[in-house]
Amino acid sequence: MSQQEFTLQDLKRILLDGAGADESVDLDGDILDTDFEQLGYESLALLETGGRIEREYGVELHDEIFTDNPTPRALVAAVNAQLGRMASA
Amino acid sequence: MKARTLITGVGMATPHGIGVADSWAATRAGKNAIGRITRFDPSPYPSRLAGEIRDFDPRDHLPDRLVRQTDRSSQLALTAAAHAFEDAGVRPADVPEYGGGVVTAAGFGGIEFGQNELRNLWSRGSRYVSVYQSFAWFHAATSGQISVRHELRGHAGVLVGDQAGGLDALAQARRRIRRGSRLIVSGGVDASLCSWGWAAHLATGQISAGEHPERSYLPFDRAADGHVPGEGGALLILEDERAAIERGADNVYCEIAGYASTFDPRPGDGREPGLRRAIELALADAALGPWEIDLVFADAAATARMDREEAEALIAVFGAFAVPVTAPKTAIGRLCGGGAPVDVVMAALAIREGLIPPTVHVEPSPEYDIDLVTTHPRPASVRTALVIARGHGGFNSAMVVRAVD
Repeated sequence: MSQQEFTLQDLKRILLDGAGADESVDLDGDILDTDFEQLGYESLALLETGGRIEREYGVELHDEIFTDNPTPRALVAAVNAQLGRMASA
Repeated sequence: MKARTLITGVGMATPHGIGVADSWAATRAGKNAIGRITRFDPSPYPSRLAGEIRDFDPRDHLPDRLVRQTDRSSQLALTAAAHAFEDAGVRPADVPEYGGGVVTAAGFGGIEFGQNELRNLWSRGSRYVSVYQSFAWFHAATSGQISVRHELRGHAGVLVGDQAGGLDALAQARRRIRRGSRLIVSGGVDASLCSWGWAAHLATGQISAGEHPERSYLPFDRAADGHVPGEGGALLILEDERAAIERGADNVYCEIAGYASTFDPRPGDGREPGLRRAIELALADAALGPWEIDLVFADAAATARMDREEAEALIAVFGAFAVPVTAPKTAIGRLCGGGAPVDVVMAALAIREGLIPPTVHVEPSPEYDIDLVTTHPRPASVRTALVIARGHGGFNSAMVVRAVD
């Protein structure tokens, strides 16, 4: 079974669907290394985002996923790592 | 002497429009805004008419992030609150950090948001429930969101009292101002036009089953047979008189001069309903005699018993045909927690414009000896107005507003 890939585009789409975007932030700008908090997403918005990633990709994310991976670059990598573990399991 | 509580800004979102100018123009003209429900399919239900707010896109008025986490009732209230602040000309620097607060009325809370998420839960599973369900359905969500958005860190609260709740909220705001708050945003908004909300309305047994938009909500009419619900409401900026003078408030409408609430005795025990006493206590609170009241905004429940009780209370206090009575809500429906705040804004505008907005659609029954202003607006010098609101189950509230020189 080939592994699904989770991209920055997927993350942006899910952020927008679930929580919307802060007016002062351009999600199409260079956001890879900007903290989610600085992008205007508080803990509830991130909980919603995590839940949406889980149900769309059929993946289980641990409770500290956003604490351990506070930027889009880190989160995308962490989700892909989890997808990789599932594909090889 | 107690400092006065002034109304220094108003915002409305009603079936007549978003914004005070549109709502007042349509109310003056007696334009009908009741129609067949479009927000859900009403065909399986025995009642199918409502006063809906059409053409409200929350994204035109609110930040995207806020829209995702709020029920329609909160979205309408946040929009009206922003208009009220703008109308009052309040700048954030005018209000000290803990000097501003918010008290709203909510009969239904975020019921449409809640319905959608419960539907997700039972049809798709718990993973599909929005995280914002954790608060968006609360009755207090609107007060909370207004307080966050406008940085009001003082007193915050919500009152649930069906149609009467809006006056109770304004009275609580006045109480907080007397205890030291400088400014309270107060009023109420309800938006219950979803199938879950509709089931709750129908359970009261007081909803008109009429099919004709202009002959279905008919208080004080022989054909009265229940009311038509509507959605929306109003938010008002209330300020301590000294604080308003200090910041140079230049848009004072009137003062909240008196208020009282009572509860009806157990049905069938023969004692008089509580409405007359609520009116008398509100007048006493305002230190006004009945002859000094220029205009009454009726609750206008539109059932034979409630209409008779209200007419009898008015006649007992004021005398037969002694004061003009109006119920502009016949054009938009009864807005639950939002209804009385809209009437208070109408009272403020009647004072300012010298015009009584009409009770449209009604042919007054000869059995009620009240001077109901029907069909056309009536020019009049209005210095004081009484607003009456009664909630399902026996809540009676009455508020007096008075012009400020």
